[in-house]
Amino acid sequence: MIWAAVILGSLGAMAFKFAGFALPRRLIERPRVVAVAMLYPVALLAALVAVQTFSTAGRLSLDWRAVGVGAAVIALLLRAPFIVVVLLAAVVTAGARYLFG
Amino acid sequence: MITDGVVIGLTTGVYGLSFGALGATSGFSWLNTQFLSLFLFSGASQFALVGFIGAGGGLAAALLTTWMLAARNGFYALRMAELLDLRGPKKWLAAQLTIDESTGLATSYDEPGNRSLARLGFWAAGISVYVFWNLATAIGYFAAGFIDDPLDFGVDAAIAAAFLALLWPRLKDQTARLVAGASVVLAIALVPVTPIGVPVLACSFVALAAGLWVSRKRRA
Repeated sequence: MIWAAVILGSLGAMAFKFAGFALPRRLIERPRVVAVAMLYPVALLAALVAVQTFSTAGRLSLDWRAVGVGAAVIALLLRAPFIVVVLLAAVVTAGARYLFG
Repeated sequence: MITDGVVIGLTTGVYGLSFGALGATSGFSWLNTQFLSLFLFSGASQFALVGFIGAGGGLAAALLTTWMLAARNGFYALRMAELLDLRGPKKWLAAQLTIDESTGLATSYDEPGNRSLARLGFWAAGISVYVFWNLATAIGYFAAGFIDDPLDFGVDAAIAAAFLALLWPRLKDQTARLVAGASVVLAIALVPVTPIGVPVLACSFVALAAGLWVSRKRRA
């Protein structure tokens, strides 16, 4: 199952990259394509943040993760580097779980 | 320019460490994890795939999310193909190196009349990120190998924070912020009523609708 996901996931991702180099170029000049392409990762990443923070196994849940992600937001506002943001979220969440159960 | 590329590679390497560690704590073998960095080679997609499978999500949902996140590389590739104008094996090497960072550095130096700097930027960032990302994946994997229960270490929150940090620099304009806000609301609303994976996929329609609306407004 993990191998299937790894191999199929990789093949699909490579197909997009290769297709972009193989396709005719006039596609890129379309403003609609460009606008959607710019907003696409924004929508997906925002949804992933929400789901990863507020759900567990397909159900809504509110726990210490929210506090950890809140700490990450503060770190981002202070322009902290990536690793600091990620580690802070982990440390705050783990600390709160340890202290408050 | 080459220094820029190396700095970008080193910074990205740091996410590579988190990715390797995530692979280890999500039940992926080292080979599984490294395979993703070598072949899939696109950060957010890799985090999504490992995160979904690690959380017990289905194969279809994990793959769809991974592919949808990877689709943007296809759009970058269209632009980079035009900039680099390559033939033969070099073209396919460039395709594999087409990601956020290489496209970003190339575009920031692209000006009509002098495209050699932009081309150099593409290769500098692409090669450096590829090398550091893969090294970091291996180091992160083995460094995290001794962790028993990832939740004790807040790994779930770390994944959310990683997505957030990837999203952050894209929130510069009003439309992007609206799209992000709408996606958060839609995803949370859908979680209780749809299978795992659907809430995230549904948000691609937010991007589609907003993108069509924006381009229409610009033409008017």
